[in-house]
Amino acid sequence: MLKLSRYVLYDILRSKIILAYTLFLLIVAVSMFQMEENSSKAMLSLLNIVLIVLPLVSLVFTTIHYYNSYEFIELMSSQPMSRTRILLSEFAGVAISLLSAFLVGVGIPVLLFAANDTGFALLFTGICLTLVFTSIAFLAAVIARDKARGIGFALLLWFYFALIYDGLVLLILFSFSDYPLEKLTLLLSALNPIDLGRIFIMLKMDVSALMGYTGALYKDFFGSGTGILFTTGIMLLWIVLPLWLAVRKFRKKDL
Amino acid sequence: MIRLEHINKKFRKLPALVDVSANFEKGQVISLIGPNGSGKTTLIKSILGMVKPDNGKIFVEEQAVDGDHTYREKIGYMPQIGRYPDNMRIGQLFRMMQHIRNVPADKLDKTLVEQFGLEKVFEKPMRTLSGGTRQKVSAALAFFFSPPILILDEPTAGLDPLASEILKEKILAEKKKNKLILITSHILSDLEELTTHIMYMQDGKMLFLKDMEMLQEETGELKLGKAIARIMKGEQFSNQWIDKMFTAKKDDSVY
Repeated sequence: MLKLSRYVLYDILRSKIILAYTLFLLIVAVSMFQMEENSSKAMLSLLNIVLIVLPLVSLVFTTIHYYNSYEFIELMSSQPMSRTRILLSEFAGVAISLLSAFLVGVGIPVLLFAANDTGFALLFTGICLTLVFTSIAFLAAVIARDKARGIGFALLLWFYFALIYDGLVLLILFSFSDYPLEKLTLLLSALNPIDLGRIFIMLKMDVSALMGYTGALYKDFFGSGTGILFTTGIMLLWIVLPLWLAVRKFRKKDL
Repeated sequence: MIRLEHINKKFRKLPALVDVSANFEKGQVISLIGPNGSGKTTLIKSILGMVKPDNGKIFVEEQAVDGDHTYREKIGYMPQIGRYPDNMRIGQLFRMMQHIRNVPADKLDKTLVEQFGLEKVFEKPMRTLSGGTRQKVSAALAFFFSPPILILDEPTAGLDPLASEILKEKILAEKKKNKLILITSHILSDLEELTTHIMYMQDGKMLFLKDMEMLQEETGELKLGKAIARIMKGEQFSNQWIDKMFTAKKDDSVY
């Protein structure tokens, strides 16, 4: 498996986009820690970067990479190599490069300036979100027939997860505000990895005190061991499920 | 060595292969001919597992194509349009293929690499190559692992006369080694000296699979082009494309 990923990685590094992404993250993270006196304020700004930019870059980069390496995939599929292995190697290559960009760009500054609970929660969420959206992007790319559709589909997914979903949740909460909705919001958060990540980090921060009763309930749940297990489990599900569907679809696809 | 059993394939509603059954044995050189869009490439890609037939079975040396992928070790494939990763250099491509197929260096067949003078351009990235050089790379790769089955899709298209002659010599040499060779081409004069069997396809249907002697006997023509033209006329198939082939053949300046 890693045999093939090596070539995928090599191809990605040649294009230098990952390098630019790493630099961007590094500059943003370092400057935030430098500008804010209080490191937890900087964390809050960094949180927004992680929640908005990371999924977007992962989605778009992965989709474009998939279409750009279509020739490579085609070539490999005429060789003694299973389709599953080809796609998983591609996934591994993309995931490794995006993860290393994140770990260098955000990981190092966080370890330097804010090596605490919140910092590790941020890194954990970042790693999960990168993998989740790489996996989702592979599914989108395998399903869509051409590049334009694939990227469009990926962007649509990003809009949904980063913007539209929150609106829908707010709508539900407003329309049913007479009912106890704590459990429901907990469930709704699990259906969106970005929300899940946000709640997971927010509760490690002091700002969670501002969230009132619901916040207390959340803190009770996410602060406990079960909460961490729950978050990890749901994130894993978000990584494995789209990837599994993508592999299934890819095995039956005409190249 | 290759057995096709009632292969059907539709792309959306367009039938690409209609109930194709055939049996190819070693030592045969099969020329797959037919007008554009008659399903030749689809047939080849089905054998390679790149296109998944809707129904029917394909066996390569009694190994079903839709199961294990190891059967592809026995096949060398030269695609119609060779597309390779842009950032890769020619030398890297050959090393990668060797790495992936795990064939020891002394078992490699480097005749075409040497005769095409590819070693001189080993450091060139794939994206800078002309169509002809790309075609040479594809050809050299197909023969690189001296597989018992060779599948060549339009091998001489885009090659200069010298390279085309080298390739033909190589195909003849491989034919003597009792290999199975499957060629598609529009240039019948190229196939004339090589082929032992003709498989004619039109609109996804296999119209006949005959050996050369039989074809010559039935039609009373020694020339392949004329023999096929006669068959076409006798059976009242559309023979426009064959007329075109004649006009191309008369023009000796092309070859």
